Amino acid sequence: MTVIKNNPKASHAQSTALPSYHCHMPSYLKPRFRVERSDRRCIRCQGCVEQCSFGAQYYDESADRVEAVDTNCVGCHRCVVFCPTSAIEIRHNPVEYRDNAYWRPEVIEDITRQAETGGVLITGMGNDKPWTSYWDKLCLNASQVTNPSIDPLREPMELRTYLGSKPDQVQIDPATGRLGTRLAPQIMIETPVLFSAMSYGAVSINVHESLARAASMLGTLFNTGEGGLHPKLYRYGGNTIAQVASGRFGVHPEYLDVARVLEIKIGQGAKPGIGGHLPGEKISAEVATTRMIPTGTDALSPAPQHDIYSIEDLSQLIYALKEATNYTKPVSVKIAAVHNSGAIASGIARAGADIIALDGIRGSTGAAPKIIRDNLGIPIEMAIASVDQRLRSEGIRNRVSLVAAGGFRNSGDVTKAIALGVDAVYIGTAALIAMGCTECQACYTGRCAWGITTTDDKLTKRQNPEIAAQRIANLVEAWSHEIKEMLGAMGINAIESLRGNRLHLRGVGLTREEADILGVSLAGE
Amino acid sequence: MRVERVKLHENGSVARVETAGLHYRELNSILRSLVADGADRIELHGVAGQRYIGTDLDRPVQIEIFGVPGNDLGSFLDGPRVTVHGNAQDGCGNTMNRGTIIVHGMAGDITGLSARGGNIFVRDDVGYRAGVHMKEFGDRRPNLVIGGTAQDFLGEYMAGGVLVALGLTLGKSAHHLARFIGTGMHAGVIFLRGVVEEHQLGKEVGVTQPDEDEEKLLEELVTEYCGYFEVEPAKVLDQPFVKLFPLYLRPYGPLYAPTHRGIEGPVSRWKVK
Ligand code: SF4
Ligand code: SF4
Repeated sequence: MTVIKNNPKASHAQSTALPSYHCHMPSYLKPRFRVERSDRRCIRCQGCVEQCSFGAQYYDESADRVEAVDTNCVGCHRCVVFCPTSAIEIRHNPVEYRDNAYWRPEVIEDITRQAETGGVLITGMGNDKPWTSYWDKLCLNASQVTNPSIDPLREPMELRTYLGSKPDQVQIDPATGRLGTRLAPQIMIETPVLFSAMSYGAVSINVHESLARAASMLGTLFNTGEGGLHPKLYRYGGNTIAQVASGRFGVHPEYLDVARVLEIKIGQGAKPGIGGHLPGEKISAEVATTRMIPTGTDALSPAPQHDIYSIEDLSQLIYALKEATNYTKPVSVKIAAVHNSGAIASGIARAGADIIALDGIRGSTGAAPKIIRDNLGIPIEMAIASVDQRLRSEGIRNRVSLVAAGGFRNSGDVTKAIALGVDAVYIGTAALIAMGCTECQACYTGRCAWGITTTDDKLTKRQNPEIAAQRIANLVEAWSHEIKEMLGAMGINAIESLRGNRLHLRGVGLTREEADILGVSLAGE
Repeated sequence: MRVERVKLHENGSVARVETAGLHYRELNSILRSLVADGADRIELHGVAGQRYIGTDLDRPVQIEIFGVPGNDLGSFLDGPRVTVHGNAQDGCGNTMNRGTIIVHGMAGDITGLSARGGNIFVRDDVGYRAGVHMKEFGDRRPNLVIGGTAQDFLGEYMAGGVLVALGLTLGKSAHHLARFIGTGMHAGVIFLRGVVEEHQLGKEVGVTQPDEDEEKLLEELVTEYCGYFEVEPAKVLDQPFVKLFPLYLRPYGPLYAPTHRGIEGPVSRWKVK
C-alpha cells in the first residue's frame, strides 16, 4: 500500500497552532515570590541554577554572584532543598494590597493575567480554595469500658480488601463444603489505599514506575491514567488498573490483557465534564509510542466518550471490555462527584460495573482550567455518603465496590471515608508529595523541578524509581498501621466491620442538614 | 447446544454457526473456542443484533456475518477480517487495532471510533461522527472508506488515519450533507468525492487537492473497495477528490494562559543545562 507521509507540517503551510490574538504588552503582575539568598552563606556552587527548571536562578560571572529572577519563581523549593549551605529563602513577595476580603490578591492577579493574555487560565494540582473539609468536622469513635479496644501490635488486624462485585447470595455445596456460586472477579488488596490515575505524559515514566513498584511492594494497585502503559511496566500488570478514557490512548488488546482491573474514565474531580489537552511539548517520542499517537500534535481527549451518551451506552462499553478480556477482570467506572451522583452511581451499578470510583472537588490534575478545577463538582464526603446510601436503599450496594478519590491527606481521612461507606480510596497528591512535590501547582508547564510532572529526559532522572517507590511505600505502610491503630481503638479487628459503619462517626460544627446528608449524628448525641 | 449450532468442515478449518437466539456472550465464547481450535473461516448465520462480534480474537481469521450484527462490531479488533452481508450498527470498529471490516450495506454512528489501525470498507452510508478520533502511530494507520456519504461531524477530532467518502449514494447534485466535517481534526486526512461547501467544514480544516502519493493511495483504496462491492473503479475515479487536512497540529494551544507569571505558555522551550 502506498505510504503517504502524514507530516502535516511538511505537506502544507500549516502552523502548529491557531494564530494567537494575544498581543505582547508589559505585564502589570508582580512576582509572587522573592528569592532571597544569603551572600555570606552562598559558596557559588550554582547548584540552584542547575536545579531551578523555571529559570529563576542565574550566575552573574562578572560579579561572581548568584542572582535571581523573582518573576520566574513558582515556589517549588527545589533550590532550597538542594542548597548545601541553606543560603536560599523563598518568601512571599511582600506586596501588600489594600485589605479586601473580596477582591483578594489572587482575584486581582487572575484578572490581570487574563487581560494580558486573553486565555483560559490553566493550572495544576487540586482545588486550593478554603472549601469546607468535612473530614475535619467528623470525629471517630473509640472504645471505653463497655467494649475493649484491641492492640494491633499483638492481635490480628485485617486491612485486606476485595474489590469486585459481590453476589446477592452464595450457595455452598453441602456435600463438599465448596462454593457453588460463580463469583465475579475479585481483586485482593492488602491495604485500602490505591494510587490514583496519573497518566504517563502528565507524569514522567519514572513516576509511573515508582507508583507501580510501590503498588507491588504494598500489594495494592496503581492506575495508568489515560495515557497507556509503557511496555517496560507490563511486569507490574498484576498491580495495574488500566484506564480507558475518551482519547483511548494506548488502548489495545495487550494493554487490556496485561492489567488486573480496567477502568472507564468518565470524569475527573479536578475537571468534571471536560476533556484534556496534553500539550504537544509534553509528547516525547516515548510518550507518543505508549499513547500510540504521532509526535508533535496535542493529545486531545474529547469531553465525552463518543460511544457513551447514556447509561445504556456505558453498559455497552463495560461489556465491550468484559468481552475483550473474557470476563476475567473487574471493570471500574470513574466519575467526578457531582450533584446527582447517587442516581448516576445506581445507573453505573446496574450497567454492570464492578467498581465505582468517585472523585471529589479536591481531586488533582496535571493541567486543568483553574475556573473548572475550583468550581465544578461537589465535596467527596457528601458524594460518598449519598452514593453509599442510595445503593444501600436500592439493595445493590454489594454489586459494586466503591473507591473514593480527591484530597485524602492522611490515614484519618481514609478511615473516615471507609466509615462513611467506601471500600478503598485512591491517593494521588499524597503519593506525589511523598516523592518531593511541594504543591507549587506548576505541573501544567511540564517543567516540574522535582521531575514528577514532566517528560523532559533530564528532569525525569530526578526521580529514582527505587527511592521514590520506597518513599511512597513507607507512607502507605505508615498509614496502614495508623488505620489499624484506629480500628483497634474502636474495638474493631477488620476493616470490613468499619465499612459504612457511620455509627463510628460524629459531626462537629455541622448543620443538622449536613449531618443528615452525611448520615451521621452530632458529637454528644 | 454448541454441537447442534456449530458445524465444522474441512478438518475444522471452516465452521458454520447458527446464531439465532444466541446471546453475544455465548456467541463470542463459541468464536473464541473455534479460533483456538484452529478455524480459519467462520460463517455466522442468522445474526440479529449480537454485539462485539470478533472482539478478543487474536488471529487473522475470516468471519462472515449473515444478518445484522449489533453495536460495537469488531471492537478492539486485532487481526480478523470480518465481512457483514447486511448492515452494521453503531460503533463498528470501535478502537480497532488491526484487521478488516467489510460492510455490504450501511453502518451506523461512530463507525471507526478511535481506530488506530486496520481497514473499514462500508458499501453505502454511515451515521454521525464516523471516524471520530481515529489516530495513527508508526506504521499503524487506519483507513475508513465509505462508499456513500456520512452524517455530521465526519472525522471529528481526527488524530490520524485516512478517511474517504466516495459519495456513490449521492443524487445528481452530488452534495454531501454532513456539517462540521473535520471539527477539531489535528492529524490525518479526509478525502471526499462529491461536492462539499466551505460552511460544511470544521474551522480547523483546510481544503486542497490530493498530491501524487495521495492519488496513488486513493486509487488503491478505491480499487480495494470496488473489488469488495463489484463496482467499476474507473467510474469512481472519474471525478477529482477534495482533500481536507488539519490546519493546526495543536488547535487549542493558544486558548490557554498559564497562571504562573514567569511562564510564557504551557510550552517547554527550556532545557536543563
Ligand atoms: S522555581 Fe523553585 S527552584 Fe526555581 S527559584 Fe523558585 S523555588 Fe527555587
Ligand atoms: S508535581 Fe511538580 S510541578 Fe506539580 S505541584 Fe508538585 S512539585 Fe509542583
